[in-house]
Amino acid sequence: MLFFNECQIKPRLTVTYMSSSPSKMEQYWKKNLQTLAILLFIWFIVSFGCGILWVEELNTIRIGGFKLGFWFAQQGAIYAFLVLIFIYVVRMNKLDKEFNVNED
Amino acid sequence: MDLLAWTYLLVGLSFALYLGIAIWSRAGSTEEFYVAGGGVSPLANGLATAADWMSAASFMSMAGIISFSGYDGSVYLMGWTGGYVLLALLLAPYLRKFGKFTVPDFVGDRYYSNKARVVAVICALFISFTYVAGQMRGVGIVFSRYLELPIEWGVVIGMAIVFFYAVLGGMKGITYTQVAQYCVLIFAYMVPAIFISMQLTGNPIPQLGLGGDVAAEVPLLDKLDGVLGDLGFAEYTSGNKSIPDLFMITLALMVGTAGLPHVIVRFFTVPKVKDARLSAGYALAFIAILYTTAPAVAAFGMYNIIQSTSEKPIDQLPEWVQNWQQTKLIQIEDKNGDGLVQYLPDPATNELRIDKDIMVLAGPEIAQLPDWVVGLVAAGAMAAALSTAAGLLLVISTSVSRDLFKTFRPDISDKKELRIARLSAAGAVILAGYFGINPPGFVAEVVAFAFGLAASSFFPVILLGIFSTRVNKEGAIAGMLTGLVFTISYISYFKFVYPELNTAEHWWWGISPEGIGSLGMALNFLVCFGVSWLTPAPPSHVQQLIQDIRIPKGAGKASNH
Repeated sequence: MLFFNECQIKPRLTVTYMSSSPSKMEQYWKKNLQTLAILLFIWFIVSFGCGILWVEELNTIRIGGFKLGFWFAQQGAIYAFLVLIFIYVVRMNKLDKEFNVNED
Repeated sequence: MDLLAWTYLLVGLSFALYLGIAIWSRAGSTEEFYVAGGGVSPLANGLATAADWMSAASFMSMAGIISFSGYDGSVYLMGWTGGYVLLALLLAPYLRKFGKFTVPDFVGDRYYSNKARVVAVICALFISFTYVAGQMRGVGIVFSRYLELPIEWGVVIGMAIVFFYAVLGGMKGITYTQVAQYCVLIFAYMVPAIFISMQLTGNPIPQLGLGGDVAAEVPLLDKLDGVLGDLGFAEYTSGNKSIPDLFMITLALMVGTAGLPHVIVRFFTVPKVKDARLSAGYALAFIAILYTTAPAVAAFGMYNIIQSTSEKPIDQLPEWVQNWQQTKLIQIEDKNGDGLVQYLPDPATNELRIDKDIMVLAGPEIAQLPDWVVGLVAAGAMAAALSTAAGLLLVISTSVSRDLFKTFRPDISDKKELRIARLSAAGAVILAGYFGINPPGFVAEVVAFAFGLAASSFFPVILLGIFSTRVNKEGAIAGMLTGLVFTISYISYFKFVYPELNTAEHWWWGISPEGIGSLGMALNFLVCFGVSWLTPAPPSHVQQLIQDIRIPKGAGKASNH
């Protein structure tokens, strides 16, 4: 505590607290965490799952000139990451509006 | 116009462009110097992040690493892109809402402790310095290969350019030069890739060409598996690394990416929380263009090199092989004296040695493209190295001027702080240049360090700082130090102290030093939780801060207070 940094909470933040009740904020946070859990589950499956753990099994399946496991490891996982981020962006923008915590 | 003239022209033009942008966008305040005034659009920030992220190694070496390791190279592709999902979902929006300038800022405020801040500064400096030395070296190498100048000269010219726009422009100058640098580097990477893909597989899209056929009904990847197998190498599409090791390396690279301070700080420059999320998406999109092309360039390059050299008479090799032999990036030695080139896994009988950078650098010649494309690739490699170096230098100078100086001398004026920021940027450029000219023998090894340290020190502490209200100062400091000491010890032991023991049977649970950051991260989490539970909860104003960063409403521009 010796070097305690004197940076106080900005005054405008209090406004946020008064305008939205704590339970509503808890709900918003819970929905956010649910979204994260689903998206991170898919994140794990496409990369660590399809690209590493099950790569041998998936390599028995072919699409075009690719073995499927190899395709996931060097192409598919990256496309999936991209889709995940954009789903997150859309979903969170909707959630922000729904709970009236958006910035506009 | 000959090749050298084209190269000078294109590299010169790109440099003039960067300097022009630097003069146009020079920083006038600390806010502009640290976070470009907080007014960068999500699209511009996405472009800048992509250039910031993709270094000389991504541009020149990654395709080659994949060429020689096949499936094992996937750890880099997944690791260096998957981190952006973590960044977008778990860190960027909240750090943007927090609304200050640096990662140590967040650690110091959230953990209400300047000790935690100082530990964070040390991590940030260490990570950034290890990284920047490699970039300066990269600039020097490009100069020496394409412009036929000594490496030292190349480093000095690179230093002068970075010095000019990083010191003058700060984050504002860097952001807009990085936007230009992304355009240069992606164009330079894609042009040869598209032409080679067309020639080999008839498909102009490299990502599809990788799955295309090289002969009637024979897919490229099957052909590669067969050819490499016949020569005694592992199959291209299956690797040598164990599954636990692949898993841990990928995880360490992903988490390390999300914890790198020069990447995180880019998300402080956009106006809103919403923009931070969106620009992480843009950044990954721009990165993915190169990262999905690289495995194609890798496979095309390997195929071309084997086809044009293996079992071919030494005096009838294609012209590009002869050209690159002069630079020693391709070395041929007829060990058995049969006049043919044998490419074999056994170093005692192998007659062909290829530097990994050749897959990208020789691309235009392999595809028989005009000379200006060669110049373009040189400018692209330079853009990749300079943009990353500038981003890192900014983190270094900010750490010194803001996290160290301003913390302990809070009363200095904005003008004076800006001067200190510029001075420390200048100092950092000179130090980085010194390391570029006299590289420590372990430049390649320290990359494992940078990612391992980012993964084991920053990531858990930032993540818990947002998602737990219970984790406190004692837990954070203990966690960071545990992760840091553990990871440094493990890597040093195998890389520097006993390099001869650096094999799978000596590693703990088969985890290589590249992947140990994952274990360091897990330890950090455990210690952080454990110590926090045994010590008092954070004070109420910190609890309130956490509640506040969790909701987007009310994010002003990044500010001092």
